[in-house]
Amino acid sequence: MPWSREQIALRAARELCDGFYVNLGIGIPTLVANLVPDGMAVQFHSENGMLGMGPFPFAGEEDPDLINAGKETITQIPTTSFFDSALSFGMMRGGHIDISILGGLQVSETGDLANWTIPGKMVKGMGGAMDLVAGVPRIVVVMEHMAKGEPRIVKQCNLPLTGKGVVDLIITDLAVFEVHAGETPSLRLIELAPDVTPAFVRANTAADYVECLA
Amino acid sequence: MTRKIYQDAGSALAGLLHDGMTIISGGFGICGIPDALLKAIDETGVKDLTIVTNNPGLDGLGVGRLVNSGRIAKLIASYAGENATFAKQYLAGKVQLEYCPQGTLVERIRAGGAGIPAFFTPTGVGTEVAAGKEVRVFNGREYLMEQGIFGDLALIHAWKADSEGNLVYRKTARNFNPVMATAAKVTIAEVEHLVEPGEIDPDHIITPGIFVKRIVPLAHVEKHIEKRTVRERA
Repeated sequence: MPWSREQIALRAARELCDGFYVNLGIGIPTLVANLVPDGMAVQFHSENGMLGMGPFPFAGEEDPDLINAGKETITQIPTTSFFDSALSFGMMRGGHIDISILGGLQVSETGDLANWTIPGKMVKGMGGAMDLVAGVPRIVVVMEHMAKGEPRIVKQCNLPLTGKGVVDLIITDLAVFEVHAGETPSLRLIELAPDVTPAFVRANTAADYVECLA
Repeated sequence: MTRKIYQDAGSALAGLLHDGMTIISGGFGICGIPDALLKAIDETGVKDLTIVTNNPGLDGLGVGRLVNSGRIAKLIASYAGENATFAKQYLAGKVQLEYCPQGTLVERIRAGGAGIPAFFTPTGVGTEVAAGKEVRVFNGREYLMEQGIFGDLALIHAWKADSEGNLVYRKTARNFNPVMATAAKVTIAEVEHLVEPGEIDPDHIITPGIFVKRIVPLAHVEKHIEKRTVRERA
């Protein structure tokens, strides 16, 4: 049984530690905000200039001046601070944010990440993704293992890169991989979703890796 | 103490606009955008503009106003999604787009305003953003050289101002505004509330008035929400 989107997010939430400053991407990563383990306090960072993000507002209490990086209305909490974009990206690029959990389109076997564009199909942009992966010390990518029948964990990304050798952990609906820079192969398969076999993961992963299953 | 204050956006822009100029505009999404100033610029018909902003607003709103009327020659932004008209113009080759990672974009503006012509950043190394840029190694890691940005005109939206041009912003509507206020020959701030000098605690001022040449108190502020997300009451 592959993991659901919520279960992927739940596995990603296990990467959080008490006191962490955390940046979440859009999509599955957003779900992590509601899955912080009990008794743990973390502060969520929003690239548009906020630390300490609260939940969505109640209907009727939305504030156009209070949004997250996905442009959704949110709320502030007692620990919230607001600041300008330069300081916000200084936090990211300067290594002050502890962890970022991001979506991915492709990850290579050396930890390259592609997640900002599909040429010819999208006019979007990298937003803050390149700055995040360049500066945040721990990058966790959460994504579906396959896209339209094609593996997303590949030898080399053929989509434009967001960053080179930046990913530390990959969590998909099938499995969890660690990236160990400088080792050959760099990828280690460390966990499987329930009833998913190593052979099934091997058949659906286009990258070299070693199995280090407990 | 009223020499910086203008009746409306149109009069604040008088004598400042010319075809081909570079305008930098605050805002993230449609939050904290200087929409009254952008509307007034659109109405003047000035064209071939280079616009520096995080993203081109929504269709017909914010910088999207200038998109719809075809006034932009080049956009420098980190994100151009959520504006279908811009996407259409770009894919048809009618407007140039320079993608700049958001942190690099804001740092280029910060540098431009602080008298720093260029700097080195780790962002974008090994990606298409690095194309044609100088790479240098510091402490064993590669960095890209990026150049500062200084505009002809900066457009800012602030929450509160005094007549000196000291500014305070509100929540995440601050975003790029204080940085952009420092990085142009002339900065105009549209403000929701104009107060007397002394009413803003000097410890709370975010943008000192030295950066603000013209102030437009807004008679009417219409704010929009791009994605309304709410939770149920328990």
